[in-house]
Amino acid sequence: MGCIEEMKYEVLLSRVTFKECREFIRDHYKEFHTVKPGYKIFDSYIIGVPPILIGVDDSHVVFPYTKPCHGTFLLRIEGPQEIARLRAGKA
Amino acid sequence: MEKEGEPDRKKALLLLGCPEVPVQMGIALYASHRLRKEGWDVTVAGNPSVLHLIRVSDPERHYVDRIAALDRCMEKLIEGKAKPDLCLVFAHNDAGLSYAATVGSVAPSRVVAIIFGRNAEELAKTIEFPCETIVEKAVHNPLALRQKIDKVFGWAALKR
Repeated sequence: MGCIEEMKYEVLLSRVTFKECREFIRDHYKEFHTVKPGYKIFDSYIIGVPPILIGVDDSHVVFPYTKPCHGTFLLRIEGPQEIARLRAGKA
Repeated sequence: MEKEGEPDRKKALLLLGCPEVPVQMGIALYASHRLRKEGWDVTVAGNPSVLHLIRVSDPERHYVDRIAALDRCMEKLIEGKAKPDLCLVFAHNDAGLSYAATVGSVAPSRVVAIIFGRNAEELAKTIEFPCETIVEKAVHNPLALRQKIDKVFGWAALKR
């Protein structure tokens, strides 16, 4: 894990709760998908409180990312392959 | 993780958060000690600072059987490669609850969230997932939290 931090990402929200992440994604994106804790994205597992939402914004995915010492961040990263996987409903 | 546990011993996993709240390390070592005395094989997982604290505090491993990097430990749990019988998740912030929720979702074991710190009660109220909890507003003094843990695990009657 940890390769997400080496990718080109945009931080949309910092040090927030999963509830705040859910609400932000529901309010800002028409397309979003619900995944379980432990869903793998960009070769990292999502650590979080269900239901976990992942938003789709053009060719980008918007998802929560938790670091134990720093809290939860809502990130936006380009990922057409991840979007295709979400749409196909693959875990 | 370090070497695998003995197959005939029940396995306990203690997942620690950032070690910024003093009671965490003391309570973790105490719980590990108690569980080991009952025959459990205990692994403690945490970030690099947590692991260094354990290496310094328990150099001969009198209290902890194994230590493991938090990320690697979560990978093993999620992938089903580690199947502890008991998970204690230490949480003093929302990130800690995220780990408790994830462990509860992926591991078939008993999961107990130990919630502590200045905002323990408020933090516990935000839990929206099924989870057994031990909650105490403990920061520096571990005694009240230890009492609650003793009660839950039946250690209260044992001689200290």
